[in-house]
Amino acid sequence: MTATAADATLTRGKVGDPFSSAWRRRLPLLPALLYMVAITQLPFLVSIYYSLTDLKDKTQSLIPEPTKFVGFENYRRIFSDPFFRQAMWTSVKMTVLSVVLSLFIGTLFAVLLDRKFFGRGLIRTLLITPFLLMPVVAALIWKQQMFSSLFGVLNKVLNFLGLNSVAFISDHPLGSIITVLVWQWTPFMMLIVLAGLQSQPSDILEAADVDGASGFGIFRQLTLPHLRPYLELGALLGSIYIVQAFDAIDVMTGGGPGSTNVPYYVYQESIGGGFRYGSASAYAIVVVVFSIIIATLALRLLSSLFRDEDRA
Amino acid sequence: MTDAERRGTKLGIGERRSVVIGVGVLAWLVGLLWIFPVAWTVLTSFKTEDDAAAQTLHHGLSFGRYSDIGHSTQGTLSLQSAFTNSLVVVLVSTTIVMLLALPAAYALAIRPIHKWRDVLFFFISTKFLPIVASIFPIYVYAEKWNLIGTRTVLIILYIAINLPLAIWMLRSFFKEIPRELIEAAEIDGTNLYNQLRTVILPIAAPGIAATALLCVIFAWNEYFYALQLNFASASTMPQWVTSNVSTRGNFLAKLSAASVIACLPVVIAGWATQKRMIRGLSMGALK
Repeated sequence: MTATAADATLTRGKVGDPFSSAWRRRLPLLPALLYMVAITQLPFLVSIYYSLTDLKDKTQSLIPEPTKFVGFENYRRIFSDPFFRQAMWTSVKMTVLSVVLSLFIGTLFAVLLDRKFFGRGLIRTLLITPFLLMPVVAALIWKQQMFSSLFGVLNKVLNFLGLNSVAFISDHPLGSIITVLVWQWTPFMMLIVLAGLQSQPSDILEAADVDGASGFGIFRQLTLPHLRPYLELGALLGSIYIVQAFDAIDVMTGGGPGSTNVPYYVYQESIGGGFRYGSASAYAIVVVVFSIIIATLALRLLSSLFRDEDRA
Repeated sequence: MTDAERRGTKLGIGERRSVVIGVGVLAWLVGLLWIFPVAWTVLTSFKTEDDAAAQTLHHGLSFGRYSDIGHSTQGTLSLQSAFTNSLVVVLVSTTIVMLLALPAAYALAIRPIHKWRDVLFFFISTKFLPIVASIFPIYVYAEKWNLIGTRTVLIILYIAINLPLAIWMLRSFFKEIPRELIEAAEIDGTNLYNQLRTVILPIAAPGIAATALLCVIFAWNEYFYALQLNFASASTMPQWVTSNVSTRGNFLAKLSAASVIACLPVVIAGWATQKRMIRGLSMGALK
């Protein structure tokens, strides 16, 4: 699927003459390219094949050969599966909210850090630390220390303020997971936006300042358009990783209503206990198609938003 | 805070001193708020279990939990073996990633092949494929070839996780090498290996180091594959951390100490290379 572009590049040119200059140029690329095709594309093709069968594993002894070819039966059934629809909706909410919030907060932090103040290097170092933590550890910290119902730090604060305790993880599973994701990804967004802010030519900003433009006006009309590619990059990279979120869900809720996203649902359906590999593969294929559509749409949407901003 | 005013700010030419100070104070508050869960965990790791569970501090602080986590019950994953597994998997996979990515980045940046954009896009697009879409075939074949529960299977998969990112970043660093230097080497008839060794590597060394470190970070922190394809004996640090969650008795202080130990190597590496890492990431997309 995604290999077609690369394949076209490889087969084009003088195929008959392996020592032509074009092939000498491609040679250094080949090991990496072949490796990626073998490890990522071949299993995907096998997945497509499995998705057309009723392969399952009741004895959990792993029979690799599918038992019966069922055509598109698995795909047909996807759309009548309410759990899958719920998982899709959870995935969308989890990804969009986490990316938008971390991008927004990260931009605010970046604007703060773009100014000089006492201890700036130290504060930047403190801020990036959550991104460096193992996702598993980040989730455990929040679950055991912050969100814990009895002795959690957040509930201590709430009680101190005279409010009632909240069972964060059981009552708000999705919100709890998004909190952890935003906490980890905000530093990443901040660093990307910061790189954008610092690449902005300062003479234009100074000219605008001399002309009497307000700080917010400068930010909206000069800085924001300049930041557009950086924000898009942050959104893209963030979505790639967050849409696949598994660790935080596994550690914090172990799935369950409201917090099972599509990757986790596919996991539960297959090696996570369901062992219905045929239908789980069909889910996975649908996920791939959806993530490609969503990634493309998100980028388009983001670009057009900022183009409107330019005109205003 | 006079320091902040003297140095001035990018946008702060006409700004009042109070604004400059206000920004500094706000940044400090935000920084301390964001690090709080980490700082709290570090503090907890020095407490006794009773204090940790009740979030109190009656019995003082000590290194006791750090010596506790070194001892494991028979038959469970020990810190020593998890650490060794992680170290071997991370180092071997990162080395192979760099061996594959360096020539590939050369073919995409320095002497770009026809349609290099498509090839680069292919590498990035592999990151869009959800891991779950391929985990089952991988599981079946790993089982078939007796790779379940080995370091080898993790090394193979971590190479695939990090290779696209490494090629992307290295390409952006290679782009910054002055063309004249490479052309001079080409005129001298230097072959690819020697070009890489004598011209490219020395100039791009800081970028290469940052790229390798990012690969180390992602491999060190990886949990899903390690959980699915490994049994306790061959597993890595993330699983070892979760093994400290206990259903019997208090475990919070011990878990905190384990978390600190597990994250420390990567956090220190990240602190040391923060600026360069992000430059490589953002330039990869924008150049």
